[in-house]
Amino acid sequence: MTTAEKYVTAAYLVVLAVILLYVVIYTFKLQRLEREIAELAELAQRKKAA
Amino acid sequence: MSLRNNRLGVLALAAAALLLAGVALAFYWAPEDADQGFSQRIFYIHVSVALTAYASFGWAAWKALRLLWRRDERYDLESYTAVHVGVMFGVLTLVTGSIWARISWGVWWSWGERQLVLFLVLFLFYSAYFMLRYSTEPGPRRARMSAVYALFGVVLIPISFLAIRLAENFIHPVVFTREGPQMSGSMFFTFCVCLAGTLALAGSLYANELLGKRLDERLRDLREALA
Amino acid sequence: MTYLADVAALAKKDLLLELRSRDTLPAMLLFVVSTLVVFHFSLPSGSSDIAAAGLLWVAIVFTALLGLTRAFVAEREQRLMDGLVLAPCDRSAIWLAKGLSIVVFLLLAEVVALPAYALFFEPVSGQMVAGILLADLGIASVGTLLAAMAAASRARELLLPLLFLPLAIPVIVGGVGASVADDPARYLGFLGLYDLIFAILSWASFEYVVTE
Repeated sequence: MTTAEKYVTAAYLVVLAVILLYVVIYTFKLQRLEREIAELAELAQRKKAA
Repeated sequence: MSLRNNRLGVLALAAAALLLAGVALAFYWAPEDADQGFSQRIFYIHVSVALTAYASFGWAAWKALRLLWRRDERYDLESYTAVHVGVMFGVLTLVTGSIWARISWGVWWSWGERQLVLFLVLFLFYSAYFMLRYSTEPGPRRARMSAVYALFGVVLIPISFLAIRLAENFIHPVVFTREGPQMSGSMFFTFCVCLAGTLALAGSLYANELLGKRLDERLRDLREALA
Repeated sequence: MTYLADVAALAKKDLLLELRSRDTLPAMLLFVVSTLVVFHFSLPSGSSDIAAAGLLWVAIVFTALLGLTRAFVAEREQRLMDGLVLAPCDRSAIWLAKGLSIVVFLLLAEVVALPAYALFFEPVSGQMVAGILLADLGIASVGTLLAAMAAASRARELLLPLLFLPLAIPVIVGGVGASVADDPARYLGFLGLYDLIFAILSWASFEYVVTE
């Protein structure tokens, strides 16, 4: 690969990297949301029982 | 509810398809530029993310205006998310622009590159936006201040561009010039596909992030209701 | 018009307060002269006069920041602000009054700074003075609004420079251009445009920033 080709590819890869980073961050966020919902559901159950 | 979810999914799919198509076109189909050779192909992604950043800031300013006009705090989250997406694309513009400068002239930065300098100023401006938000108590006042600031940002864009152009006369002589690519039809088509792809991507990121933030809000309310 | 009467009253209050307490203005005067001296030591020998002109503008902007930080932050201001906001006057009158007093402070600081500059570096030209006058208006307009924002936050003095500097860049470009270029008209025109646009924007949006 020529130098130019390397740099051009690097530029497009940076864009891809940012997108993938976003995906990773959002996966963690979704997992956290799931945990919170589970907690709240349990809280609601306890309240209902009480 | 399910209809909205479908819209989100469709947007994400469209973004993926358009962006993939755009990049493929940029690498394989678009003709080679006579002057700059292979390195010209950065143009497709660099200008696309730059225009998308402008569009995001514009969208944020629009939502900010709606907030101030309607005095409805719901727009605050939308404006904030749009600024966030705009800054992400702004950073991408700076990085891809820097890489392009490196290929073209061997330097990682050039004060003669107006677009790059403009994005540096905007990056500083919108970073201060986040500092403003983080150091103020959440509430209607913070929402209004952020909205006013977002509006200032969008006004700053043309003013800064003018300033940068005026500054060139006495700061640094423009040593490096780049011929705007004499765009052939196929180049223009490739560019349009890439631009559509990045815009769709920005829209998708915006919608997803907004949904995530609203879910946070609702969870907080639920928690308070149950406690 | 009671609007203008309100503005006059508020501006008079600010200036009288400063006259009696004498804390902000002397600090600004001393700061701008000290900065110019520091610049002498920071410019390598053989630097052009144009470099010195550029540094004058940096000094002005930072001196303005000093004055602006004091505009809304003083302890007594906080209680006064609540009172002012409750008052029946149009909130934007507060902006206009504060802005006017900032302009006065800047002008007084420049009355000291420009002779000092002429003494240390090189004579001051008419176009430079014109640029400074126009720039003062822009700095005061935008700065007053941003100072109100910063005062509402927890970070205050830390936040104001961050908010202000990106918006000050066009002013610096216009000002330096007006000072050194052969045809200053373009830069003065640009400064005028900046002043017009941002004054209107700041005037219109001040009430949104200041109400609870």
